Amino acid sequence: MEGLPTLSYEDAYEKLEQTVAALQDGHLSLEEALAYYEEGMKLARYCHTLLEKAELRVQQLRVTDEGELEIEPLDLA
Amino acid sequence: MLFPDTPAVWSVAQLSRYLKELLETDEVGREVWVRGEISGCKTYASGHCYFTLKDAEAQLLCVFFKHARQRTAAPELRDGLAIAAGGRISFYERDGKLQLYVEQVELLGEGALYLRFEQLKARLAAEGLFEAERKRPLPPAPQVVGIVTSLQAAALRDMLRVLRTRYPLARVVLAPTLVQGAEAPAAIVRALDLLNEHGEAEVIIVARGGGSIEELWAFNEEIVARAIARSRIPVISGVGHETDVTIADFVADLRASTPTAAATAAVPNLADWRAALQERRQELALLLDDFLLRYREDLERAERELARQSPRSRLERLQQQLDGISETLQSEMQHTLVVQRERLKGTALRLHSLSPLLTLARGFAVVRRAEDQRLVTSIQQVQLGERLDIQVADGRISARVDRQ
Repeated sequence: MEGLPTLSYEDAYEKLEQTVAALQDGHLSLEEALAYYEEGMKLARYCHTLLEKAELRVQQLRVTDEGELEIEPLDLA
Repeated sequence: MLFPDTPAVWSVAQLSRYLKELLETDEVGREVWVRGEISGCKTYASGHCYFTLKDAEAQLLCVFFKHARQRTAAPELRDGLAIAAGGRISFYERDGKLQLYVEQVELLGEGALYLRFEQLKARLAAEGLFEAERKRPLPPAPQVVGIVTSLQAAALRDMLRVLRTRYPLARVVLAPTLVQGAEAPAAIVRALDLLNEHGEAEVIIVARGGGSIEELWAFNEEIVARAIARSRIPVISGVGHETDVTIADFVADLRASTPTAAATAAVPNLADWRAALQERRQELALLLDDFLLRYREDLERAERELARQSPRSRLERLQQQLDGISETLQSEMQHTLVVQRERLKGTALRLHSLSPLLTLARGFAVVRRAEDQRLVTSIQQVQLGERLDIQVADGRISARVDRQ
């Protein structure tokens, strides 16, 4: 599955819903149905992994002396 | 000596009058502003209001007449209110009271702040800044959440905890700011503008923990309200405790009662997403089962169809058809014969009833000319002496015409 590592949760979940919809539609050959099923399960596993591994990232915005916007990780003591 | 002709021993009235004039002509007595706290405030049916203005060391009797109150649209007075009262001092001889005759009143301290709050709220509302139509919808699942708050505050830690628990998929971008004090409003505005300039946040939370009206005052400032209004990114306000309401709350796209509530409102709950994911997986499995079942049934149906179409079974079918037809044929034949026989019987009977023999048996005769055997049906057809043949039921009679 191409591009899967960079897919956001929403995009992956939406594709998952699309495979479910395709299977519900019913006008698929057996081969197509199996292919959709496999893709759907792959997407579901991917989503699951994203949820399990997610960690909140916290950053801070500031303005440098040159007046530029800079963003850096925030470490709260 | 201010007034000439003053006696050595004064009457009360004389001294009172003197004091009154003294006070009313004095520069300070004529026009003065006094600040203090109201106590013993009482308004009579007449509309006149009497109260004492006091501070730690002294107190002053005041009277605020109805016409002055109405003329200056004075705020409602009550005990405990810190005010500045402007008017003139005089001496009320009847009661021997020194009083401030109040012309105007201004609220000080908290009272003043509440007034400013109401005035700004009314002005911005009139501009339409609080309209429901202005409020933008919040993104249901923001990938980046902006926060404007103090770096040191507990509010920040509380919000991060909520976000970490509910929705760790997000990234938080913090624009730190002062949240109270004289520099706070400008700092809040700068933080909001910074987040908008950076542009990645999909929603911004403006937050501050609980405090007094003075401590929360920065969020009632006009520049802060306008910065929230012009923010391209939707803003959730979470300022103070549940009962604190600031101007920022009115302008924001969503008001949350506390910083924690704001964080909760900003993001979805992953627990719900996990549940939905589980449902999708189950759906997939069920749908595939359905599919396989349907295919199996199709296959079986095809097999049955195939079996039906084989040569042997076709032969059997034809045989059966043939048997069926002959049976039908036979019964049809039977039926036809019966019908025909009946018809014949019927016709024969009818024929019989029409037979001339029956007529003859009833006594009628058939008369013919003997010569040519022509039927005689009229007297014109015979002559005298002509020979006739008369046929009766059981034979013929030969006769001759005797008379006509």
